[in-house]
Amino acid sequence: MSRGGRYWVLAVGIAAVGGALAWAFLSMPGFGGGFHPYRDAAVAAALRHSTANVVSSVNFDQRGFDTLGEETILLASVVGVAVLLRPLPGERHRHGRQGGHVLGTTRMLVVVAVPLTLVLGIDVVAHGAVTPGGGFQGGVVAATALHLIYVGDRYRVFARLRPIGLFEQAEAAGVVAYAAVGVAGLAFGGSWLANILPHGTLARLVSAGTVPLLNAAVGLAVAGSVVVLLSHFLDQRFLSPPPGTRHAPGDGTQP
Amino acid sequence: MYPYVVAGAILFLGVIGIARSRNLVHAVVCLAVAQSGTYVLLLTVGYQRGATAPIFQSAPEKAGYAATLVDPVVQALTLTDIVVSATVTSMLLALAVQIAKRHDTVDPDELRSLRG
Repeated sequence: MSRGGRYWVLAVGIAAVGGALAWAFLSMPGFGGGFHPYRDAAVAAALRHSTANVVSSVNFDQRGFDTLGEETILLASVVGVAVLLRPLPGERHRHGRQGGHVLGTTRMLVVVAVPLTLVLGIDVVAHGAVTPGGGFQGGVVAATALHLIYVGDRYRVFARLRPIGLFEQAEAAGVVAYAAVGVAGLAFGGSWLANILPHGTLARLVSAGTVPLLNAAVGLAVAGSVVVLLSHFLDQRFLSPPPGTRHAPGDGTQP
Repeated sequence: MYPYVVAGAILFLGVIGIARSRNLVHAVVCLAVAQSGTYVLLLTVGYQRGATAPIFQSAPEKAGYAATLVDPVVQALTLTDIVVSATVTSMLLALAVQIAKRHDTVDPDELRSLRG
């Protein structure tokens, strides 16, 4: 299709979807109003299970099964990226020196920031039921700590600190642990992912029953997923192109 | 009303960017922008004027406390939305890498034929 034709299709599509959206928005309850029936039900349910962070209660208690699906989507995408980014026939790993110059201040900042970021990530996972945050957010922060070493131009250190097999197992263990809590709920509470543990006191670190356990499982799985996912992209930089192609993707030269 | 307009505008800006794109990485980022419109829409639906974050410091003393919180359900959905967006972005970027390797181009208009 020509570009002109494409823009006509786009204009028609935007007009139709925009009209439908405007119609829907105009018949919704007004912005900022007090009509939130799901909010009322979710907050009451969170208080019954002593969960201070209502968002965590929704994610890991009230609709915990959906979060298992969410975690599985993440696992599936990691598998998909691993399959898509497998080396082509003729591509080989080359172990050259990493080019570029990194400022001393950047390295210094990385040395300071790595432990802080790691502790912050674990803290966000651990307090998922009490303060803003949770397994997904904390897992990403913890995985970021590892990749700060890469920013500091220490690819060899980074590659040694990052045994991919271990992170793949951590990812799988996170998903299995989540399912195990679900099965335990089925065995002892009569329903899948039932909150079977004592609920404790609201806003204490150990409260909300199974929510901190599920947060830890998700944190493990997310940190493992992000590390494995990014490792496949970072590896692309160290693949030599197969003979016959004009340039390797990512080395900045134009064909 | 205007936050709904903002959500729709972000969505359409992303879609227009995809249609005009001459680079697959640019198209993937435009898709992420379009999806950001849904975050704004979800948070807009849950917002209430004068309400606070749905997180307790201590047990509420009186009933009806829930009416002073914004909707936590749509916030949880936004989190799911972000996770899905991240996975889709990673898959599409991996596809873009493979297309660049096999076809030596990232311009969608130059991809005329399917090759194995």
